[in-house]
Amino acid sequence: MIVNENIAADHGLKKNEFKEICNLLKRVPNITELGLFSAMWNEHCSYKSSKIHLKKLPTTGKKVIQGPGENAGVIDIGDNDAIVFKIESHNHPSFIEPYQGAATGVGGIMRDVFTMGARPIANLNSLHFGSTQHKKTKNLLRGVVHGIGGYGNCMGIPTIGGQTCFDESYNGNILVNAMTMGLVKKNKIFYSKAAGIDKPVIYVGSKTGRDGIHGASMASAIFDDQIEEKKPTVQVGDPFAEKLLLEACLELMADDSIISIQDMGAAGLTSSSIEMVSKGKLGIELNLNKVPCRESNMTPYEIMLSESQERMLIILENGKENKAKKIFNKWNLDFAIIGKTTNSKKIEIYFDAKKVADVSIELLTDKAPEYDRKWEKTKLPIKNKLNKDLYKNLKISDVLKKILSNPNICNKEWIWEQYDHTVMGDTIQKPGGDAGVVRVHGTSKAVAASVDSSANYCFAHPLTGGKQVVCESWRNIISVGAKPVAITNCLNFGNPEKEKNMGEFVECLQGIGDACKYLDYPVVSGNVSFYNETKDKGIKPTPSIGGVGLIDDHKKMVSMGLKKANNIVLLIGKTEGHIDQSIFAKEILNQKKGPPPKINLFNEKNNGETVLKLINDGYIKSAHDISAGGILIAAVKMCISGKKGININKPKSLINYFEYFFGEDQGRYLIEIEKNDLEKVKSILRKNSVYFDEFGVVQEKNVVLKDNLNVTIDELIKTNKTWLTNYMNS
Amino acid sequence: MNSSVIIFPGSNCDRDMDVALKKFGFKNKMIWHDDTELPKSDLVVLPGGFSYGDYLRCGSMASKSKIIRSVINFAKSGGLLIGICNGFQILTETELLPGVLLRNKFSEFICKNVFVKINNVENIYFKNIKKNTLELHIAHNEGNYFCSNSQMKDIQDNDQIALFYCGENGEIDEKFNPNGSSKNIAGILNKEKNILGMMPHPERMIDKYLSGDDGIIFFETLLNNFK
Repeated sequence: MIVNENIAADHGLKKNEFKEICNLLKRVPNITELGLFSAMWNEHCSYKSSKIHLKKLPTTGKKVIQGPGENAGVIDIGDNDAIVFKIESHNHPSFIEPYQGAATGVGGIMRDVFTMGARPIANLNSLHFGSTQHKKTKNLLRGVVHGIGGYGNCMGIPTIGGQTCFDESYNGNILVNAMTMGLVKKNKIFYSKAAGIDKPVIYVGSKTGRDGIHGASMASAIFDDQIEEKKPTVQVGDPFAEKLLLEACLELMADDSIISIQDMGAAGLTSSSIEMVSKGKLGIELNLNKVPCRESNMTPYEIMLSESQERMLIILENGKENKAKKIFNKWNLDFAIIGKTTNSKKIEIYFDAKKVADVSIELLTDKAPEYDRKWEKTKLPIKNKLNKDLYKNLKISDVLKKILSNPNICNKEWIWEQYDHTVMGDTIQKPGGDAGVVRVHGTSKAVAASVDSSANYCFAHPLTGGKQVVCESWRNIISVGAKPVAITNCLNFGNPEKEKNMGEFVECLQGIGDACKYLDYPVVSGNVSFYNETKDKGIKPTPSIGGVGLIDDHKKMVSMGLKKANNIVLLIGKTEGHIDQSIFAKEILNQKKGPPPKINLFNEKNNGETVLKLINDGYIKSAHDISAGGILIAAVKMCISGKKGININKPKSLINYFEYFFGEDQGRYLIEIEKNDLEKVKSILRKNSVYFDEFGVVQEKNVVLKDNLNVTIDELIKTNKTWLTNYMNS
Repeated sequence: MNSSVIIFPGSNCDRDMDVALKKFGFKNKMIWHDDTELPKSDLVVLPGGFSYGDYLRCGSMASKSKIIRSVINFAKSGGLLIGICNGFQILTETELLPGVLLRNKFSEFICKNVFVKINNVENIYFKNIKKNTLELHIAHNEGNYFCSNSQMKDIQDNDQIALFYCGENGEIDEKFNPNGSSKNIAGILNKEKNILGMMPHPERMIDKYLSGDDGIIFFETLLNNFK
C-alpha cells in the first residue's frame, strides 16, 4: 500500500502534518511507519495542544519525588515510604462499551502505578454521566460501575472513593476517570528511562491481539453518528491476567534486574518502546516475529498498534533473562525477548527478516507538532439579579428534601457497595465521606485521597472554577485530618480546535495552577482528554482533581458523622449567601446565570490549616467541608452519617434564609467540638483570624431550625438514600 | 497453632488472612498452589479472591489444582479447614461441603457489613463464643447458597448450618438476606464439623479502626478451643 494524504487523514493526521512527516523523513513513510507517526503525533500521546500550557503548572515541592512525565507521580511520605499515584481518563471507550471501557481504564491506571514498583493500595474514580432522563444514562451507569468493580475487585485493590455526577452536557460523551495510589519503598522506584546498549528488550504479560488498534487515535477524535462502529477499537480487559502480571513484576522488581519498564497502554508497543529509548537517548531494534500473538497473520502495523491489555515492556540487565523468564513462567505469563537497545537513536523494526520500519526516534517524539492554539477568554458573568419573589412560596424543609434527593447530592451507596472497598484490610475511611483513607500497611501512617470536579463553576467562569476545584480537593483532604501533599489531574475538555473550548482549557489550567501554587499543592501527574464532543456539542469543562494527603498518626483521623449529643457545631469561614451557580439556583429556581462563588486563597489556606491544627490537637470530633448544596446540606449529611440530629441556631445577620442555608460560599467547614473545649477552640480560631459562627448543637433525633424545620433523621436518611436505588431499579 | 494459607493465582485475601492469623498468634505459612505437600498444619485456610480468575465457575479450577489433593486428605483425616468467600466456593467445588454458591440475587457485587448469627456452637470453631451475633463484612458476587432438598435435609438433620445472615439482634429474616441464599445461610460445616465454609470475611475486621472488630472474636474463639 502506498501511503498518501488520504490514508494519513484516516489516521487522524492533518494535511500539513503529513507534509511535515514526509519532509522530516525525506520520503513518504510506509504504512507501518505511518502507524507509528499517527500513534505518536496524536493528541493523546503528544499533548500537542496542551503542552505549552501544562508547562505552567507547579510540579515541584519538598515532598515531590517525581512529577509529570513518568508513568505516574511520586511523593515522599517519610520513613523511606513513597506514594505513587495518577488519574487517567477512559471516556471514549466507556461510552462505546461501558463495561470494557471502564474496566480497562481501571486496569490501565493500575499498571501505570505498579510499573513504578509500587503495589496499588487504593482506587478512586470520577464519573460524569448525562441527564438522568436521557435514555442511555442508566445503562451506561450500570455498565461503568460493573466494569470498575469487575476489574478492581478481581485485582484485590480497594476502591475507597469517588464521585458520580449527572449533567446533560455529558449526554453524548460520558467521563470515566480512574485513579490509583500505590505504595513503594523510596529506594525501589522503577522508571521508564532506558540505559545502556545491547540490553534485551522483554515483552511480558498477555498475548497481542487485534483489539484496540488505534485506540489512542480514537481518543483524539470527535464522536459522530457512526460511533457504535468503533466498538472493535475498544480493548477487552482480563483482570486475572493483570493480577498475575502485578505479582510477577513485583517479584522481579525485588532485585535490580530491571533497567527500565513501561506498560503498554495507549498506542501499545509503539509508545512504550519509543518513549523508553527516547528518554534514554538510545535506539531500539525490534523483531516482531518474536511478539507473542493471539491471532494469526497479524501484520507489523497491527502488532505495533494493538492496544491489547495487560502487557509490559522491560529493558533488562544482560544475563538476567533466565531469572526473569522463570518468574513469568511461574505466573503463567508470556515472556519473550523481542529486541535490543542500540545506539542508532532510531527505531528499526524487522518482520519476516525484512526491515519494515526505520525512523529516527526524534522525529516521533521531539519533532511532534506543538500548537499554540487560539483561545478565547471567558468574562466573569455579572451577578444574576434574582427577584426575591422567587423565594416566596418556598419552604426550607421542601428545598432541603428536594436537594438531598437530587442525583448529584444523593447517597451513592448503590454504586460503591459494588466496589470491594475493604480488601487489603487497611481501609479506615470508606467511600461516602470527604476522602477515602487507607493505612500505610504495618505503620501508624495513613493516606487520604479524594477526587473532585465542579463543571458548573468551570463552565460559568473557567479561571474561578479551576481554582475552586483545587480548593475543594484541599478541603476534602483536610476534613479527614490529612495534610494535603499533591494532586493528579485529569483534564476533560471539548475540541481544542475551537477557541471557546481551548479558552476553557487554558483558563481552568491557570486557575488550577494559581491555587496549587498558593496552597503548596503541586501537580505530580495527570492526563489530558480533549475532543469530548459529540455532533458538535462539547461537554462542560471538567478538570477532575485527585488529591492526596498524609496522616502521620491514623488514630487522629476524623470522619463527617456527628458523634455526641450536646456537642457544639461551629461553622468555619464567612457566609455571604452566594446563590449563582449553586444547586439551589439550578434545581430549585431554574436559574443558570451568574458567576461561580469567589475564591479567596488566603482564607482557604488559613481556614484549612487552622482546622487541620485543631484536628491534630484532638479538638475536632467530626468535620465536613461545605460544598455543593451549601451549609444545610453539609450539616444534614453529617447528621445522616452519624445518625444524630442537630438544633440549628438562627443566623445572626439579616441575610435571607435561603441564601444563608443554600449559598455556596467557599472556604467553609462545619466542625463538631465538645462544649468544654468551646472557649479554647474559639480562642485558637480568633488567634488565627479565622471567621466562625456557632452553627448549632448536636441532639439525638431531629434536625430542627426554629419555625422552619423539624424533620426526623430517619426521614432524611430515607430521602437521601432511596433516589439512586429506585432510579436504577425502575 | 500451625496454619497454612494456600495461594492460588488470583487469590487476593491471602495476605489479609496471613496478617490476621499472625496477629492472633498462629504460626502461619503461605503455600503455593503448585506445591503438592502441605507442611505440618493444624489449620488450613483457603482465602478469598478470584482463584484462576473465577473462570469456568468460581472455585472450579482451584478444586483441580495440584495442592488440593493434600488439602482434601488433610481434611478427611480430621484437620481443620476453613474456606472464606472464594475459599468457600472452592470447598463446594471439591464437594468437601454440600451445595453451590450461585450469583447474588440481584446480580451485583456486594461489599458491606452484615450481621451473622452463629447457629451451631458445638464445634471447635464456635464453642464458647462470646457473642451469638457477629458483625462481619461480605464482598462477593457469588454468595447465594443453594442446595437440593435432600442435601438441605441432611444439612439440617446433621446441624451443619454454621451461620445465618440476620439483623443486629440476631433475628433471622429474609430482609437481612443480602444475596438470596437459601434459608439465609452464610456458612456451613461438614458432618464431622472440622470443615467450615463461610462467605463473610473475619480477617477484614480485626481492629477497631476498620469497619468493625468482631473478627477478633472469631479468631480468638478458634485459638482458645484448640488449646
